[in-house]
Amino acid sequence: MEITLRSLVTILHGMGFGALFLLAFSGAMFELGRTEQGSAPGSTRHIHIYLVVMTLLAWLTVLSGAYIIYPWYRAVAPPGTADLSAYPQLFLKAHPNTIGWHSFFMEWKEHIAWLAPISITMITAVYFHYGYQIRRNLALRRAVLAFVAIAFFAAAVAGFAGAMINKYAPVQGGHLFHVLHGA
Amino acid sequence: MTLHPTSSELDRTLPNGFGAAAILAASIGSLALGILTVAGDASKAFARHLILYRPTGPLSGVTIIAIAIWLLTWALLSHRWSARNVALRPILTVSFILLAVSLLLTFPPVIDLF
Repeated sequence: MEITLRSLVTILHGMGFGALFLLAFSGAMFELGRTEQGSAPGSTRHIHIYLVVMTLLAWLTVLSGAYIIYPWYRAVAPPGTADLSAYPQLFLKAHPNTIGWHSFFMEWKEHIAWLAPISITMITAVYFHYGYQIRRNLALRRAVLAFVAIAFFAAAVAGFAGAMINKYAPVQGGHLFHVLHGA
Repeated sequence: MTLHPTSSELDRTLPNGFGAAAILAASIGSLALGILTVAGDASKAFARHLILYRPTGPLSGVTIIAIAIWLLTWALLSHRWSARNVALRPILTVSFILLAVSLLLTFPPVIDLF
């Protein structure tokens, strides 16, 4: 069994950083909901750590996506290349049945995804600053929760689009790793 | 004389300015991302100026410039508002309008209108 470097990095980007970030939303919403119900002073340390990890995951996801994987995705094929399977963007654009995965979903994903790290960084900073005191300001707390929802929506759109695009035109190539010999 | 802060001092409510600045700056950064996305898509000449890292193409300029605008705005607003209370409701209203517009400007059918 073998896997290419590009496939490995894409898995790390999508199923590592991105999926973990999405999964973390349930925990974040639970913790923020506890705040809504009035958690005790001193109980914010856990959510601080949790939000810092979420923030790191969000930035790792978009930075690896835009600056490592996206260049592989949009690579230009040499003139006369018949097999476009190593050039995902060109491969998708070459077929009427798959062009939408690029022209709609990739275009959407590559931009909306950035709203997630911007939002979660802001949320983390606000929680670090106010701690449990944020429960006293209903408007501020609700605004922060709305940004959590926006961050989740942005990450979900990007995650779905990325998974589907990689299904139709996987990013492949680079060094070949032999994972299991003889399997 | 009290050596330790009293519970009322510990419970002193922090001004809302820091939160307002963070929220408005995030919305302005998101809007910048949307505007740059549309501008880069509408004009090939402008898109070429957005190429700050060639392998990533115009997306590099869109993201780097939007993040710079976001962080700069955040620093400026924080500097002005952190130590005081501000009128939160109008700031939040503007923030969510900007955020809604930025969501629209990153939606491909809307991008293609320009």
